[in-house]
Amino acid sequence: MSAPAPTAPPAAPPTATRVLEFADVARQFPDGTVALEGVDLTIDRGEFVTVVGPSGCGKSTLLRIASGLDAASAGSARVDAERIGYVFQDATLLPWRSVKKNVELLAELHGMSRTATNQAALDAIELVGLRGHEKKLPRALSGGMKMRASLARSLTLDPDLFLFDEPFGALDEITRERLNDELIRLFVAKGFGALFITHSVSEAVYMSTRVLVMSGRPGRIVESFDVPFGSDRTPELRFTPEFAKLAGEVSHALREGHS
Amino acid sequence: MTATLETPTTTPVAAGTTPAPVVRRRRGRRAVNLVLPVAVFAALLGVWYAITYLVLDPGRRFLMPAPHTLVTDALLDPTITDKVWPALGRSIVVTFTGLAIAIVIGMLWAIAMSQSKAVESSLYPYAVALQCIPILALVPLIGFWFGFGFPSRVIVCVMIALFPIVSNTLFGIQSVDRGHHELFTLHKAGRTTRLLKLQLPAALPAIFAGFRISAGLSVVGAIVGDLFFKQGEPGLGILLSNFSSRLQGAPLFFTIVVTAALGFAVFFLFGWLSKLVVGSWYDQSRDR
Repeated sequence: MSAPAPTAPPAAPPTATRVLEFADVARQFPDGTVALEGVDLTIDRGEFVTVVGPSGCGKSTLLRIASGLDAASAGSARVDAERIGYVFQDATLLPWRSVKKNVELLAELHGMSRTATNQAALDAIELVGLRGHEKKLPRALSGGMKMRASLARSLTLDPDLFLFDEPFGALDEITRERLNDELIRLFVAKGFGALFITHSVSEAVYMSTRVLVMSGRPGRIVESFDVPFGSDRTPELRFTPEFAKLAGEVSHALREGHS
Repeated sequence: MTATLETPTTTPVAAGTTPAPVVRRRRGRRAVNLVLPVAVFAALLGVWYAITYLVLDPGRRFLMPAPHTLVTDALLDPTITDKVWPALGRSIVVTFTGLAIAIVIGMLWAIAMSQSKAVESSLYPYAVALQCIPILALVPLIGFWFGFGFPSRVIVCVMIALFPIVSNTLFGIQSVDRGHHELFTLHKAGRTTRLLKLQLPAALPAIFAGFRISAGLSVVGAIVGDLFFKQGEPGLGILLSNFSSRLQGAPLFFTIVVTAALGFAVFFLFGWLSKLVVGSWYDQSRDR
């Protein structure tokens, strides 16, 4: 499926696993603000790409264009993913639906059969570790559990491309780190392509196969770092010299781009 | 005076009001909340007795009969209750018929407006007009067109009860969280799906707040219609009018109390229904 790009008819993807391809994407808002400029970005399945940048640098706009909620005003933004998962900053659970019913929502919207929906929801709930909480209403959940439910909701679609808009920004550090590990586990198991927005350098380096640094006004990608760590990441990784070195470089690039 | 019809109408009815939250107090304050109203009630009864026996001449006590005479001279008098209970029944039928029709029309009206800006801008002024025009001014016309029987009384109820349902339903639908809307947009939900799975459920607390206001207004409508269309089977309004013109103080006061009780009953019925339907997920207390 092709994202609402102004150009490029949906042609065969360059490689079988390419899920997102941005070429010279720009976004200018009607008030004249240039949120994005000259963004080139590709993501394949099995790649976890994180974008770090200061607030208001256009990170979210990038994600909105990738999801189709917004459209590029120039350049080509192609998404070759059958199904896209989008995890918002808020869990956006419907307060009147139980955890199970919330997790079933997207499958319902996509017209999956009753039994398939039910099975997909049960599997996703199992995957994010919410078994036993199916009947609870969102108000009875902690912030971390809400995020898990939100994650499970997208997982029911088995997306090829997963978009994350600072999903763990509002959580405490312990919960956040635990969810980082769980997300890595899901990523390794499912092999989707991921575009993850954060303003935490540590989270970016820990989660990703590639870290992109953005600068604001206009939003541009100023630097790209390949992350050399394998998929067997444990919390101790955060305290290794290699991790500190890379995080330092990313931080440096952030400051450079900011000044 | 203690018992009047004021309860249902004191709730503000305005376009765009938030569903008035019933603040559920914490346990510590509950005792105080029970004691104080009871104390005030006792004080008011005291004042009432004082007026009856100390202020009024014995010959003029029908103006304010002592509270206990409402029981002795009305509640326990079959000649009175044989009139009051059937009248109450008829008023209840009018109230609920009018309310039911207002709910159906009001919700459809609001849903239509929520689905299109053009419909909203063409129809909303009429909802406001309905609220601004004193319905009492239209009551004679309604009688003129539809006669003085049951249909006219119901029409009065509908007209009085309609606006809060329209405005609350519309407000509820339009207050849906933007993130939720984006979620539905992202997954290409159609208009009907969005309405049924997102907008209406999200609007339920506001819709029920509207029902509660309208239920009270519908009682007012039933009484007003009755008072004006003094023909046919009497409802509570006609009784009120008859008892007052015959200077029957105790029966008059008793009927007022019954009317007030009907107002309270429908108000709390809808409060209870609201709690039943949305209470599990909609937190009505702000201070928790």
